[in-house]
Amino acid sequence: MAEFRLPKNSRIRTGKTWPKPEGAKNTRTFRIYRWSPEDGENPRVDTYFVDTDDCGPMILDALIWIKNKVDPTLSFRRSCREGICGSCAMNIGGTNTLACIRGMDEYEGDIAIYPLPHMEVVRDLIPDLTHFYAQHASIMPWLETKTPEPEREWRQSIEDRKKLDGLYECVMCASCSTSCPSYWWNGDRYLGPATLLHAYRWMIDSRDEATGERLDQLEDPFKLYRCHTIMNCTNTCPKGLNPAKAIAEIKKMMVERKL
Amino acid sequence: MSDQKLPQRPLSPHLSIYKPQITSALSIFHRITGVAMAFGALLVTWWFVAGAVSPGYFDFVDGLMTSLIGDLVMFGLLWALMYHALNGIRHLIWDAGRGMDIETVNKSGIFVIGASLVLTLIIALIV
Repeated sequence: MAEFRLPKNSRIRTGKTWPKPEGAKNTRTFRIYRWSPEDGENPRVDTYFVDTDDCGPMILDALIWIKNKVDPTLSFRRSCREGICGSCAMNIGGTNTLACIRGMDEYEGDIAIYPLPHMEVVRDLIPDLTHFYAQHASIMPWLETKTPEPEREWRQSIEDRKKLDGLYECVMCASCSTSCPSYWWNGDRYLGPATLLHAYRWMIDSRDEATGERLDQLEDPFKLYRCHTIMNCTNTCPKGLNPAKAIAEIKKMMVERKL
Repeated sequence: MSDQKLPQRPLSPHLSIYKPQITSALSIFHRITGVAMAFGALLVTWWFVAGAVSPGYFDFVDGLMTSLIGDLVMFGLLWALMYHALNGIRHLIWDAGRGMDIETVNKSGIFVIGASLVLTLIIALIV
């Protein structure tokens, strides 16, 4: 059920304002969500000032700059710094994206950063993705085959391979799923856009032989059909993919196999 | 270290921090107009039922419905109907897997808002 208010332990209080870097000519203001399991207090939003003449251009550069120069306790996930690992997904300026491929100059005024929405917070900008990954694992994200294994590789025509474009690029950053109001209210049972995009990716793979079973698995009031085509997923995907369209294609396959 | 000693993890903020999107705003508006029309259907039924009860009662309900407030409510419901119907067609097109890139989605959304207003005004002027 939709619970619009945050639970008592999650309501945000005013945080502290960290000192401005000395002698900085150009600064940007960041308001960043903080929570630590150690102090037993509610989350807060801290204010930081970043010296943009001393820092790289991307949001992730600013976060690393803050961690190195101002506050080493600030916690966030990051790895590849080029939009391929999906670690640094967070809510920046009100929408979900990857901190490493968004420039500070893409935002006006103060830049607000929160963890991915409606997730349990491990610390600061780090959400618990256990359930999200478990949902992905549940759709059998691998090639399912029944015919005996060929002597060499499973072959695929160039045309069939093209059907995977726009799907295989997903890095499972969870930006889309956590932008979806339906996933906020029913994420326990609704699989969400990221997982469903992957489900579709295997369904239309010409080498996969379990399309029927895959569709059977999603034939459920919640897993697939909590998608109401809100389209926040496609709107926010940092890789420019279209999970909403993938879900629509699954719904079409559901209908078509009954005709 | 046992997990039980750690405090319960907070839920990250969602509605309160997510920037309003054309996509989700039109979606929730579709649902709101649907609920409003269910309420409107009850009002209209009440109007009809009043006619079957007694002339005096009908005059009372008819007076309410054709008062300024009644007119405003009916105008709002007319808009709700137009928006819901047009946006319903938009959803049908999506169900066919068409027009789902963000540019088209935003364009069709703005079109539906504009067209619903125009249709509402035209119908209101005729009736």
